[in-house]
Amino acid sequence: MIPAIVVFLYLAAVLYIGIFAFRKAKGKEKAEDYFLASRSLGPFVFLFSLFGTNMTAFAILGSSGHAFSNGIVTFGLMASSSGLIIPLSIFLVGTRVWALGKKYGFMTPVQMFRDRWECGNIGTVIFAVQAVLLVPYIIIGIMGGGTTLSAISSGVVPFWFGGAIVAMVVMSYVFFGGMRGTAWVNTFQTVLFLLFGAVALIVIGTGMGGFRNAAQSMLSAPAFAPLMTRERISPLYFFSYTFIPLSAIAFPHILIFCLTARKMGQFKKTVIFYPICILAIWLPCVFLGVMANRVSDVPEIRAKQEARRVLATQGKNMAPEQRDELREQAAGDDVIMLLLKRYAPLWLAGLLGAGIMAAVMASDSQILALSTMFTEDVFAFYGGKRRFGERVQVQTGRIFIVLITLFAYAVALQAPETIFELAIQYAFSGFAALSPLLIAALFWRGSTKWGALASTVFVATAVVSVAIYQHVVPAPAPGPAIVSWAPGGLEVLTRTPGGTAVFGFMPVVPMVIISALLMIVFSLVTAKPKASTIARYFPKK
Amino acid sequence: MKRILLVLAFLVLYILHQDFWFWRTAHPVVFGFIPIGLFYQACFSVAAAFFMWLLVKFAWPGHLEREIEAKERQEDAP
Repeated sequence: MIPAIVVFLYLAAVLYIGIFAFRKAKGKEKAEDYFLASRSLGPFVFLFSLFGTNMTAFAILGSSGHAFSNGIVTFGLMASSSGLIIPLSIFLVGTRVWALGKKYGFMTPVQMFRDRWECGNIGTVIFAVQAVLLVPYIIIGIMGGGTTLSAISSGVVPFWFGGAIVAMVVMSYVFFGGMRGTAWVNTFQTVLFLLFGAVALIVIGTGMGGFRNAAQSMLSAPAFAPLMTRERISPLYFFSYTFIPLSAIAFPHILIFCLTARKMGQFKKTVIFYPICILAIWLPCVFLGVMANRVSDVPEIRAKQEARRVLATQGKNMAPEQRDELREQAAGDDVIMLLLKRYAPLWLAGLLGAGIMAAVMASDSQILALSTMFTEDVFAFYGGKRRFGERVQVQTGRIFIVLITLFAYAVALQAPETIFELAIQYAFSGFAALSPLLIAALFWRGSTKWGALASTVFVATAVVSVAIYQHVVPAPAPGPAIVSWAPGGLEVLTRTPGGTAVFGFMPVVPMVIISALLMIVFSLVTAKPKASTIARYFPKK
Repeated sequence: MKRILLVLAFLVLYILHQDFWFWRTAHPVVFGFIPIGLFYQACFSVAAAFFMWLLVKFAWPGHLEREIEAKERQEDAP
């Protein structure tokens, strides 16, 4: 129970920081101050809060869980590819969006799209798709909080209660602190996790009798040696995954965060140090996730390995529901917490658990972003701000924060998927496929609102189609995929144990390509915005 | 010329990320515990950071910064 108490103290500290920041805010009823911290964040807070915003339960629990099942491939799959693509997209897109925000006062991506393409209701369609895709991300945070608190307290705090506590804490400091509170909490959390991640690695490594021994015993065990290579994932899948980090810059909370920097120079450190921050957080998580397989004296880990073994050997003869149940049992989202409980002293396990909690609670930015989008793209756009004033706009944003948190919590209690799958299947692929909108708006004079609409409608349709397909065709047991469509023997659509494949690629690849093509084709055949509008975005040098 | 070289550097990095040559082996095991596939990708992250430094050094969109500063000076002027 001591670790749980330490985590509760940590949560109290987070609440204090969030609300303290609110007290310091000047002009607190101004929308720009509440939603964007008056575009005034300094370099240190900007780097760590932007990075912390992107490091969620998915990064910490999902990565170690994925590594537990799939091996070291997880790092190259998700971390190093993100270390290349995300800072590059911040460099190319983030800086330009920041400059446009400063120039024209934008607070959300949709405001920019509406202005750039002279569209009203199409902007509302983009808002709706972005909002629907963002909600799963918020759910992940709450699920991660529930999983972590439950694991830290050895089940004394049940999943539903842990999720409720995390939801309440996050909701409270976002409600009171707005962007300034959220940014400071994120900075505190990121620093905490960077520090404790290294400590966790050393403590667990020592407890295991040294990583050298652990690695050698993994390599000598036929069941675990493949986890030290990348043979469990196909090269095509690995290649496909490099499209997923395109989602980062298309996520509204990241783009909105780019608007908070005081000066453009603050992007420099963020862009350079982003890959290093990813390395510092993901390498320990992935490595510990893999090494957890070697721990034979933790019953929960043994149960997961047994579920994995049964699924691999007998899964073919089981009903889909039985396979799903085994998959849930085999999921390793809590392995880091189990390792801490096994190897760290109680007080340290609590501190390290708080560090993990820090990353898990990154859903704050998504909640705030959704509130900003609702109040700016819907409330203000349809006349609410003009009629009721800015103060009511901020209050509306706060009410929205409460409602969206309650909704996400209710869904988190029902969601059967593992944290990792839920994130990948819906939010990440969808946002990656929306990235052509940003590229077109910022770099192509000829892009039009109809191109944007075609891309957006396609993305929404594709995400729903994948979800329906995966619901209708249950995941097969580990091994060969189910071929659903193979005209002339060419395997076009297959249901794999981990999801869906199109020509062997993850759905995100065709989604991004088709979305970009639709943007190009529809823009070429439809009317452009006025020359004066285009000139504002592409001034003559 | 700088831009072309930076684009080429990105393409090289992207290809290097797909390191299929270490796909099915854990050896050599670096420092006795890090499989080569993981060590390679960790080094790749450091190379990505170096590439970002090159971008910031040689392709920084300074004109955007100057536009904003000019606008702010105009607004601040009495």
